[in-house]
Amino acid sequence: MIHTAERADFDLIASWVKPNERVLDLGCGDGSLLKRLIEERGAYGYGIEREEAGVQAAIAQGINVIQGDLEQGLAGFDDGTFNHVVLSRTLQTVRHTERLLTEMLRVGREAVVSFPNFAYWKNRMAVMRGRMPVSEDLPYEWFDTPNLRFFTLLDFESLCAKMQLVIRERQVLDESGRLILEEPNFLGSLAVYRLGR
Amino acid sequence: MSVGIVFPQQAHFSSPLMLKSGALLPVFDLVYETYGTLNAAKSNAILVCHALSGHHHVAGYYADQTENIGWWDNIIGPGRPLDTDRFFIVGVNNLGGCHGSTGPASVNPATGKHWGADFPVVTVEDWVEAQARLADILGIDAWAAVIGGSLGGMQALQWTLSFPERVRHSLVIAAAAKLSAENIAFNEIARQAILSDPDFHGGNYYAHHVRPLNGLRLARMLGHITYLSDDQMAEKFGRRQRPGAGSYSFDVEFEIESYLRYQGDKFAGLFDANTYLRMTRALDYFDPALAYDGQLATALAPARASFLVIAFSTDWRFAPFRSREIVHALVHNGQSVAYAESNCAHGHDSFLMEDAYYHAVVASYLQRITL
Repeated sequence: MIHTAERADFDLIASWVKPNERVLDLGCGDGSLLKRLIEERGAYGYGIEREEAGVQAAIAQGINVIQGDLEQGLAGFDDGTFNHVVLSRTLQTVRHTERLLTEMLRVGREAVVSFPNFAYWKNRMAVMRGRMPVSEDLPYEWFDTPNLRFFTLLDFESLCAKMQLVIRERQVLDESGRLILEEPNFLGSLAVYRLGR
Repeated sequence: MSVGIVFPQQAHFSSPLMLKSGALLPVFDLVYETYGTLNAAKSNAILVCHALSGHHHVAGYYADQTENIGWWDNIIGPGRPLDTDRFFIVGVNNLGGCHGSTGPASVNPATGKHWGADFPVVTVEDWVEAQARLADILGIDAWAAVIGGSLGGMQALQWTLSFPERVRHSLVIAAAAKLSAENIAFNEIARQAILSDPDFHGGNYYAHHVRPLNGLRLARMLGHITYLSDDQMAEKFGRRQRPGAGSYSFDVEFEIESYLRYQGDKFAGLFDANTYLRMTRALDYFDPALAYDGQLATALAPARASFLVIAFSTDWRFAPFRSREIVHALVHNGQSVAYAESNCAHGHDSFLMEDAYYHAVVASYLQRITL
């Protein structure tokens, strides 16, 4: 997926990155997040992107982007190289979900994962009305979506428990990027997790 | 746009060059071409390194030979990825070459005869040393970028190790940090074709006024197959037969045979067999990690340049995973590297083609260089 505009989950992710920390951004698109982490937070980073348009845009932005397919894993990247491995709004497009999460916590000390919450109330309403949801965080029609997996906060947390991943922090946002503190699985449209081992 | 009419220049070096083999080259010449204008700060120079059979004539054409267009003309010129409105581009014929730089066909000043078999084996490191002397003459302290494909990519990589402070960006295209055994095997067959030609005369064929044309033809035919992709050959030639085919003979019956013979003949007419032997050996020997127990990351650690590594999905001679080895070694060290993998269909030779994505990546990368 190609990142476009400034996004609320970027603010959260940026707040978690300290100067000189090493970041790997998976599915980095045009490199906007990395550029921001480098410029604002003094981080050092690489991105991985599959799509040509994203790779070219990231190169134009001066980002250390490496063209590759996340489904192939992160072979060639050493264990524990990165402070943060970020997977922003991409997990739902990945087929090998467990393998990728495992790989993220192999090459990084912490995994940062954001994804659209399928249980967000507007999504539930859409399904109640008999239609698949199309929204800010799920902006595709069912027939042209890159998303392969549709899951909720509860689903993701039960996978983390099964995989024995430690949830260090969870922030949930609504469509306007406001933090949701109550009923996150109902009121939150985008979830951002910090995971560790 | 094309850079238009260009002309070769010659640099003479009268202080000896100690080669990696231990041999000493007392004097030597390098032939080169330049396109664009060197800025006042001399910060906009890009060195283009050539591959196995390349030379200094990288872009434009000669006034008296308008059909003789530089081998990488599609990427160099005003508005092209190596934009001559912005950069000063230098192409050079390597030592041991046969297009004007000192090589086996040159006269050995010590004997007054052709060097022939006595011309030393040159390495990628030697080429970089010689190119650095050319940079000195041009007044270029540090290249904005060094770029090359295949064997040229190896030079672009070696530059960052031999002279870390003299290269700001290194573009390593369709290359590898060392050849595979299969690659060396192909080179060996090519060399055996030349060495076993009765006209080779131990490399001193110049004195016999003959050339091992047949060996050179075979070497090129073999090489040519490995530079293309199976799909591309199928698309271009398939199993199409020539008129009069089906005679149950060993004449040219298939189009691909005709094409290979044509390419072999053309090459043998232009190239020097002793140079071919040395260029393939330079490929074989290149292995910066050898001195570091095979640890490529350790070998690349001294590099200060930013890297752009590009591979082509259909290149089976230097497959993308060979490029990723370089990328992962650089990432291991926390060095600056971007990597792009193009789906260009032309196999190893894709680096010479005008593939939109590949050219866009090179252009985007070079545009961000500060001068």
